[in-house]
Amino acid sequence: MSLLVIKPGLYSTVQDRGRPGHRAAGLSGGGAMDEYALRVANLLVGNDESAAGLELTLAGPTFKAEADLLIAVTGADMAPHADGRELAMWRPVYVPAGATLTFGAARAGCRAYVAVAGGIGTAPALGSRSTDARAGIGGIAGRPLRAGDAVPCGEAAGAVAPSAWATAWLAALAKRSAAEGDGRPAIAGAAWYAPPRAYGGGGAAGIELRAMPGRERGQFTQAARDSFYGGRYRVAAASDRMGVRLEGPPLHRIAGEELLSHGIVPGVVQVPGSGQPIVLGADCQTTGGYPKIAYIASVDLPLLAQAKPGDYIRFRPIDLEEAQRLDHARAMSLRTLVAAIRCKRP
Amino acid sequence: MGWTLTPLGDRALVAELQPGHGSEDWMRMAAAADWLRQAGLAWIVDVIPAYSTVTVVYEPSAVGRDGQPAYSAAEREIERLLAAAGADWTGEPKVITIPVCYGGMCGPDLADCALRSGMSEAEFILAHAEAFYRVALVGFVPGFPYMAGLPPRLAQPRHGSPRPRVAAGSVGIAGEQTGVYPLAVPGGWQLIGRTPLRLFDASRREPAMLRAGDRVSFVPIDEEQYRRIEQEMAAAVCSSSAEGNGNAAERGGDRV
Repeated sequence: MSLLVIKPGLYSTVQDRGRPGHRAAGLSGGGAMDEYALRVANLLVGNDESAAGLELTLAGPTFKAEADLLIAVTGADMAPHADGRELAMWRPVYVPAGATLTFGAARAGCRAYVAVAGGIGTAPALGSRSTDARAGIGGIAGRPLRAGDAVPCGEAAGAVAPSAWATAWLAALAKRSAAEGDGRPAIAGAAWYAPPRAYGGGGAAGIELRAMPGRERGQFTQAARDSFYGGRYRVAAASDRMGVRLEGPPLHRIAGEELLSHGIVPGVVQVPGSGQPIVLGADCQTTGGYPKIAYIASVDLPLLAQAKPGDYIRFRPIDLEEAQRLDHARAMSLRTLVAAIRCKRP
Repeated sequence: MGWTLTPLGDRALVAELQPGHGSEDWMRMAAAADWLRQAGLAWIVDVIPAYSTVTVVYEPSAVGRDGQPAYSAAEREIERLLAAAGADWTGEPKVITIPVCYGGMCGPDLADCALRSGMSEAEFILAHAEAFYRVALVGFVPGFPYMAGLPPRLAQPRHGSPRPRVAAGSVGIAGEQTGVYPLAVPGGWQLIGRTPLRLFDASRREPAMLRAGDRVSFVPIDEEQYRRIEQEMAAAVCSSSAEGNGNAAERGGDRV
């Protein structure tokens, strides 16, 4: 059972919740940039939240389904279609064997996620299936998808068997698909959906990210600190999974003191000599020595993941306690969502 | 031993050793990182030792909190663990010898480096191989060791514009540090030689050969010895992938 890659898209990778525990060896934590969207996609096809799915970036791929599949698409809207018909997002959808799945350019957001019942079954490396392209491990041969790749799905391919819940939904939607299709099976999605997050660039006002004060904020001029929270920053084209590069009012330092390299994590906003900030992403290096003006609240990292080149970002102050409270509240709301989805019976 | 703890966002914190311990700090960082890891606490997600700091990535929702904020609880626990590690405990570093083929195709910058240091190439090689090094941190790319202990007269500036691709195994110098590129990546260090050893291999249980705190020495080898060791390494990888470790050959940037 697999998804055959017809066109790979701009940058499509296998991702799960990452590979923490190896940062002392220089390996990034990795995992989905928008962890929320991947977790919800997994829940919608009856998977464990930690199963591997596909992360699609800006311009989506084309696949051929080689078996009947129950899938869910979340995150950025890349106009997903199956055999020419629009495929509803944020819900379980039945895709018949032989169907062609296409994803276009992102209309809102930057990264879409595809989960398949049972999960993606590529071989785990150091405890994770996430693709780490720098280390050359995880996913398919440690690199983004290429045309001709067969992305293994489900039990026979090394992932786990779809849950009983997923099997029941697959059967029910397949039955509806056969009834509705005139001669060929239709694409059938469940009538319910998980609440989609509001992605979409935020227009000229910008995407608002809440940020805690960084360790070296005192080394920046007052003007720099004012610009950081008052100005808006444009997402540069050179942004990737290592970091979101921003262009805007330059952030100058008073003191030019060099820092010794130290551990860094996703969400850190570092400012190199150019004065243009970089917000670190899931594949960021494990150590760095640039001064840190702020840290993005973890609860807002999915919004960062969905900021695409050309979008504007604004920062709003938040304190550590509030950031951890919101992070915890997000975890609790995901638990509620798990229960709500499990209650849905076909 | 005095530690200062500061938050690094809402899921990590940095423990910094009070200054004044000098060049042995990174030994203590490596030992402290091992100590924290070995404590086996489920909420400690990752630990990164570097120079004078240990960064701890934690899971706020898993920290036992007794009604207090997650950060305060994590800070208190980590302070307690670090205090229990004791002042003199430095763990047991590994001692590793790395064979290096200096100069020629293996070290394209050796001649320029020797010239800048006012030595012959042979003198430069001898000085580099005679010194003992310590891994201050592993970072930049997976398995890349930043090593301290370079004789100051061997110090070199970085290249103005980095090479688009540095061969895996390349031994380089930047400032007063020496290091080894584990993978083929872009890089700006002055390249003086190359080792046939694989410093990073994801099919190993410990993928990085070196950890912060390890002691390292280099031993010069000639091109023939280089090729022989390289073949032995390739044979070892082939036999390990035959045991089901997957596509090690496909992963390596330096396939023979």
